[in-house]
Amino acid sequence: MRSTTAHSHSHADLDAALQLTADVLVIGGGPAGAWAAVSAAAQGARVILVDKGFCGTSGATAPEGDARAQAKASRYAMGGQLAEQAWMDRVLAQTWDNVERLKEWGYPFPADAWGRLRCNSLQGPEYMRLMRRQAKAAGARILDHSPALELLVDAHGAVCGAFGVRRADGDAWTVRAGAVVIATGGCAFLSKALGCDLLTGDGYLMAAEAGAQLSGMEFSNAYGLGPAFSSVTKSLFYNWATFYDEGGAAIEGAGSSRGRGVIAQHLRSGPVYARLDRADAQIQAWMRVAQPNFFLSFDRLGIDPFAQRFPVTLRLEGTVRGTGGLNVVDAQCATSVPGLYAAGDAATRELICGGFTGGGSHNAAWALSSGFWAGAGAALFARDARAASDARRPARRAGAVSTAGPGGAAVDSRAVVRAVQAELFPTERNWVREAGLLEDSLGRLDALWAQLRRAGPVPAAGGVAGAAELLRAREAAAMLASARWMYRSALARTETRGMHRRRENPASDPAQRHRLLSGGLDAVWVARQAVREPAPPAPHDRVLEATA
Amino acid sequence: MIELLDAARCTACNICVQACPTRVFEAVPDAPPRIARQADCQTCFMCELYCPEDALYVAPFADRPAVAAELEGVSAAQAGAYRRAVGWGRGRRSTAADDASYELLGRAH
Repeated sequence: MRSTTAHSHSHADLDAALQLTADVLVIGGGPAGAWAAVSAAAQGARVILVDKGFCGTSGATAPEGDARAQAKASRYAMGGQLAEQAWMDRVLAQTWDNVERLKEWGYPFPADAWGRLRCNSLQGPEYMRLMRRQAKAAGARILDHSPALELLVDAHGAVCGAFGVRRADGDAWTVRAGAVVIATGGCAFLSKALGCDLLTGDGYLMAAEAGAQLSGMEFSNAYGLGPAFSSVTKSLFYNWATFYDEGGAAIEGAGSSRGRGVIAQHLRSGPVYARLDRADAQIQAWMRVAQPNFFLSFDRLGIDPFAQRFPVTLRLEGTVRGTGGLNVVDAQCATSVPGLYAAGDAATRELICGGFTGGGSHNAAWALSSGFWAGAGAALFARDARAASDARRPARRAGAVSTAGPGGAAVDSRAVVRAVQAELFPTERNWVREAGLLEDSLGRLDALWAQLRRAGPVPAAGGVAGAAELLRAREAAAMLASARWMYRSALARTETRGMHRRRENPASDPAQRHRLLSGGLDAVWVARQAVREPAPPAPHDRVLEATA
Repeated sequence: MIELLDAARCTACNICVQACPTRVFEAVPDAPPRIARQADCQTCFMCELYCPEDALYVAPFADRPAVAAELEGVSAAQAGAYRRAVGWGRGRRSTAADDASYELLGRAH
């Protein structure tokens, strides 16, 4: 563990029990990170992949169990015309290239009655077990349970590695690298949505500390639908549900997709129940084999979800199923900071779905495409920078909060998390936004941030407990920072577009068909950026459903 | 959340210690691991899936531990239900090959 409490870090702070070098460091071992590792290694790069948990089970994909790889861009209009055709086309093409790779690696795609392979769905745990194997086979070294805490930057501000801890023994690690890929996922604010508790916006904070920009953080209010008692926020099957109030009357207008706001509204005054009573025997049979973990909770409680009503709730999934994230500035998914790349849910997905996604297909296609490009881009950058990336080059830790401060008492990380959740979870604040309530929340969030910045560093207790405490402090800071970028962006977009809804501006404003970049730590900024492609002349529904 | 670790079935292989993304389990020398951080469990069922002995049971409650009555009569068959359904383990075949999602996706709206 680090022992100093100095405010700024010199390279003397980089003493760590484990010091490694690589051409490319990938932070995060979900699908985007695993594809980045495979792709960087294919370019000849020496690759290290670090995961906060275990590459194979970490993140939303493995337990979700149904990562649709179908790059269907039919929701251009729903996304508020912020997507770009050129990006949709290249994601579609890259997705099917990578599906071919999955076939070659032995992923067991199902065949239909005609014997054709149906490649538009990936079973989460099977997919991620295969991706771990492929990343290792490609030569990547995987460090599990080794969260990155801060990026390393050189004297020119280029990113040249990261610093973190190993949860198993509490030791610190540093990886010096020619380039870094952030694939840490989105931010779901510890809402207990399925597989989302590691997704706390860590990568957003690390990147922003190094000067990176975010984009689309107003598109961050996705709520997952699921049984009230359960973590299983898998919403596809609710297409076959009817929703009921406490008295057993069907709730008019309630639905899984367009009617989710009606559910949110009803949940404010009382319980809402669902029953999958619109699924016939054939649909029920398909459901059982499509998503076995959907039924685990019901089976264990003796509930028949096709025949019995069960209470449902909405859990915030933030940017995991929203579309905001780190801004990418070129086709290789580089960020605005030299040496730093972003992939998967850590990056903005506005390029392919604008301001709206139900998750699933778009996110899966984006993860495997952006991961592939970012890995290759980082490898090429590292090759050019190799002479400059040697481990003796002075570097400093870029972290600004929680691990370094001017002194004083450390803030209780759990209290910070609860305070952030209290501003973001309530649907009356976040499902539909309103200037007054956003400003009200931002007042408290900004004050909390100032408190965090005044507070001293987390005591370097050392050992396993110290590492855990340090991680919790960084997660809390990342959630707080993410919340402030979200609500500042939401305040700046004075219209309704995509999933961002404003109570006082319920319609889209044609003059606001732009993206909102954001960033900054103490002073959060928001700036407009034009969408490169012009809007199409007439409303239409682009269907790019591919067959393979 | 994770509730039960059947010490009689457990072979102390410690796969769960590695596979759990939120580090709920703690390895114990020459003994089954212990559930050391239940509150960190995210109810993702991954430990059950990775356990080769069907020795783990995750109760379906995401926000609270189960009460004793809710754990009465939990069988090894229940503990292994997810692994069986996914088709992992000796003599089984991955059910990803039977995934009917494409049928459902075409009918959802």
